[in-house]
Parts: sequence; C-alpha cells; structure tokens
Amino acid sequence: MDFSLVVAIELLREVAGLILIATGLAIIFGMMRVINIAHGEFMMLGGYTVVLTTKMGVNIWVAILILAPLAVGVFGIVVERLIIRHLYGRIIDSLLATWGLSLFLIGFVTVVFGNTVEGVSTPFSGFAIGQYSVAIYTFFLIFAAVAFMSSVYFTLRYTQAGLIARATMQNPDMVECLGVNSKIVYMTTFGIGAAFAGLAGGLLAPISGVVPGMGALLIGKAFITVVTGGAAVVAGTLSSAGILGTISQAVTFATGPVFGDATLLFVALILLRILPQGITGRIFTRSV
Amino acid sequence: MLSNVSKDWRGAGFVTILGVAILIFVPILFDLFEVLQMTKYVVLSLFALSLAYIWGFGGILSFGQAGFFGLGGYVFAVSAINMGETTVPFLIAIGACALFAAALGYFMFYGRLSDVYLGVVTLVVTLILWKLINHTAGPEYIIGKARLGGFNGVPSIPIMSLPWQPGQEMEPAQMFQYFMAILIAVYVLLHALIKSKFGRVAISIRENEIRTSLLGYDVRLYKLCIFSIGGAVGGAAGAMWASYQTFVDPNIFSLEWSAKCLIWVMAGGVGTLFGPIVGVLALEYLSFQLGQTALMNNLIVLGTILMLLVLLLPKGLFPTFRDLVVKLWRRRGGSTDEGAP
Repeated sequence: MDFSLVVAIELLREVAGLILIATGLAIIFGMMRVINIAHGEFMMLGGYTVVLTTKMGVNIWVAILILAPLAVGVFGIVVERLIIRHLYGRIIDSLLATWGLSLFLIGFVTVVFGNTVEGVSTPFSGFAIGQYSVAIYTFFLIFAAVAFMSSVYFTLRYTQAGLIARATMQNPDMVECLGVNSKIVYMTTFGIGAAFAGLAGGLLAPISGVVPGMGALLIGKAFITVVTGGAAVVAGTLSSAGILGTISQAVTFATGPVFGDATLLFVALILLRILPQGITGRIFTRSV
Repeated sequence: MLSNVSKDWRGAGFVTILGVAILIFVPILFDLFEVLQMTKYVVLSLFALSLAYIWGFGGILSFGQAGFFGLGGYVFAVSAINMGETTVPFLIAIGACALFAAALGYFMFYGRLSDVYLGVVTLVVTLILWKLINHTAGPEYIIGKARLGGFNGVPSIPIMSLPWQPGQEMEPAQMFQYFMAILIAVYVLLHALIKSKFGRVAISIRENEIRTSLLGYDVRLYKLCIFSIGGAVGGAAGAMWASYQTFVDPNIFSLEWSAKCLIWVMAGGVGTLFGPIVGVLALEYLSFQLGQTALMNNLIVLGTILMLLVLLLPKGLFPTFRDLVVKLWRRRGGSTDEGAP
C-alpha cells in the first residue's frame, strides 16, 4: 500500500516534470513552428537566476516565481529581436541559429561561473509514508505543472490575447488584415515561452542544482514531449507528457533511470511512426 | 555524352588530383607533429562529408550526425579490442552504423516526419546515446574483453593496420596516407553516386519531394538509402577517429560534435562536397589557434560562428567564393564552367 502510493507519486512527478520543461517549448513551437534548441539553456539561465539572487539574500520564492521568469522572459525578447525575427519562415535556419545560441550560452556561463554545480536548498522538508519519505517539494512541482497547464489553457481559451494568439497560429496573414501586428504577437509569444522556460529552470534548481551543461540533460525529454504532442499546446503537452512520463517511469522502476530515457525515446518514435504530426495532429485536433 | 561526363568530373578530377598530391607529398615535406595534425583533419573531413552528402544532396538535415561518429568509434573500439585485429572491426563499425541509420530512418522516413521533427529526433537520439554510454561505468557493462567504462571512456584502442599487413600497426605517415586514400575514395564514390541516376533522383527529392513521388519514385526508400550511406561514412570516420586517438569517451556523442559537423558543412557550403572539407580545415585551424591563446571558450566561438553563418552567410564560404570567381571569370569572357561539386 505504502509502496504503491509512493510509485503513484513518482509517476505524477515524472509527468509533472515533463510538463514543466516542455511548456515553454510547446508555446513557441505551437505558435511559430520553431523549435527553440536553446530552450535547455533558457532553463539553465532561470536556474542560475535563482541561485545568484538567493545568494544575494532574496527570498527563494521571490527568486523562483518572479525573478527567474522575468529575467529569462526579457532575455527571450532580446533574442527574438536580435536573431529569431530575421528567420521567420526559414524554419531550419531558426533551428540552427538557436543551436548556435545554445552553444554560446553554455560557453558563456561556463566562463563566467565555472563548470561546477551550484545549489540552493529545497524550500520544504519531507514527510513519511510508512517507511518511505516523500519531499513536499514534489507536491509543489505537481501543483506547478497543473498551474502551468491551466494558466495557458485559460489564457488561450478565454482572453482577448489568447484569441489573437490562436488566430495568429491559424492564419497570420488574415490576422494582419484585421489590424493585428503579428510581429508583436510573435515577439510576445517568444518572450512568454522563454519566461516559462525560466520558471521551469527556477523550479527545478533546488532539486538538481545548476550547472552550465544542465540544458542538454533536460532538452531531450522536452523536445520529444513537444514533438510527440504536436501543435496544440495544452492538449498535446498533457497527452504526450502523460503517456511518455508513465511509460518511462514504469521502466525506470523496473530497470533503472538510463533505460527509462531510452524507452521514452523509443515509445515516442513508435508514436511518431503512427502519428507523424504528433498526437494532436490526428486526435484532439480542435483543442488548444 | 563524353563531353557531359568530362564536365561532370572536371571539378572533382581536380580535387582528386590535389588529394593524391597531398597524399604523396605531405609525409615527405612535413614533420611528424604536422602530419599527425593533418591526419586529424583528414578524419574530420570524412565526418564532414557524411553530413555534406545527406544534407546537400538528399535534403536530409541530421542534427545528430555525431551519433554515427560515436557509434562507429565505440563499435570499432569494442570489436577491435576483442578481435585483436582492425580491418574486420572497421568493416563491422561501418556496417553497424549503416544498419542503425536504416533502422532510425525507417521510423523517420516511413513516418514521413517533416524537417523540424527529423532534426529533433536525430538530435534526441544522439542525446540518449550519450546518456546511455555515460551510464555504463560499472564493471557489469563489459562486452567480451572490452569494458565500456562509462564516462571514463574506452582506453588502449588498437591503432589500425593496413588490410594486407594484419597485426602490424601503421606508422603515422602510413596512417595519414591510408586515411587520405580512404577520404579520396569516399569523395570519388560519393561524387559518382551524385552524378548517377540515383543521385539525380535524390537531388530532385531535395528540390521537391511531392513532385518526385508523383513521378513514381519511392521517396521514402531513396531517403532511407541516402541516410544509411551517410551513416556508414560517419561510422567509418568515427572508427578512424577512435583508432587515431586510441581512446573514445562518451563526449564523442555530445551536441558539440554534431554542431561542429553542421558548422563545417554550413561554412563550407551546403550542396558541395569539397566545401565542407575546406570548412573543416578553416574552422579547426581557427579553433586550434584560439585554443593556444586560451582566451576564448571553444563553445562561445562555435556558437557565434553558427549564428553569424545563419544570419549573414547562409550559402557558405566556398560557394560564395566560387560564385565570385565564376563571375569574375565570365566578365573576362572565359568559359562558364563550374567548380567542384
């Protein structure tokens, strides 16, 4: 009984983790069909923001929930203005440019902060279920994932900005004709996507610590989740994170973490073989 | 017909003759250290050719070419340590990479993944390979006599011997000549492939996939073959790299290597075979020089170059230069022939 409860919590944590790291990427991909290869480094920057500001004495919650997304969001807008803006419609080139950005950021952070693991302490302690101990922070992460998905859903579904965003997603030319500057929509979207990446990085920093190369460890899963989910941000991320997270966590329990990742990839490949546009390319096509 | 053939081969013939001249004269003219440096460039050039071919002449942009490079290196390492001989392991490495590429290609091309998805899947496959190999440090991960060693890598990989002199390790000069001969052979073979019917169909797929399939060609199968050939060449380069270094570690799978390969090809020019080799020489020399000053982090340089290439020089150095030369040549009223492909 205790064990199965712990397993269930771990499953939820894995799914929540996938949602956290994939949301920012999914927003940018869903809107602009651009996969931001530097997404992992955006998370890394969020993590470093938390570590640095808490060292300066800022409250950890302020650092995670406000400063990390703000800093990375502003950085995202700068990147959009300097690089991405020139590459709309050249999808492959935008991938290459963001890859360049990713390498640059890893190198830059390594030079500035050194190639060492920096950490912050976890805000909550743990509690016991039978003989197992569970961190309260795990529940906080699950809650954060729910908040991520519902905030994106309500924004896209029920606000003016969300309406414009969805319209731009469907037909940018028509939106332009109706008097909306799609360039500003794209810029804002990229900024918001980056902010979500920063927030995710901040949230994960207390668990894993931060290191310049941490992006490479996270992005593989994030990419696969987004690509498997397809273009719909909420439905795609939820469904693929649910499927992939459950399977990989089950395999992890059976064999160890390494094969969990490999299985995640393999399942994603099979899903993509059947549904080349991702899950939401065929199912839930009308969802956001 | 004959004039067509000669036109097809004019540039490539020139490159081949240049290559043979380098093969003969470099070991005579340069000292040991420089020959070893150039051997490295030869291996990396072969690696660059693998991506130059699939991207430039098949329109398949693999973001994970280092996956084949690393796999070739590891397969060669494990089989060479086990067999105590190098020619058969070299072939095994090439075959394994071609098979791996075919298996991966089946999912990607028969699923008709779009460009973005293809890039992401190849990237992630490499990341997973990197993670898998990194976690094989324990003593239980042993294949025959070879311990995979995880992040410590596989040491004491045998130096290759000539196929007709098994058991006799090559001298550095011999190794340079052997690898250079392989590079020239692969260059000529790929060029012949590009100029064959297969190659023309591949180029038409690159230009317009739907139209080609409407003309009755099985685009999926063609792409699968192109990708496998690229995988085999990448694997060969990986095996040669492992033998040259006598060591491989999991960082051979890192994104840095995939990115480097891409940057060489982009810098040299997509859609040529000679350009990427120029790209290897130029960029490796640059990073060698910068590495000596120790002022700049290698990743900062790579990242900056990649961003600048995409934004400013999307055609690459070699084609830009070639077009310039051709333009000047035409202005002088010369013939309108094109450079090497």
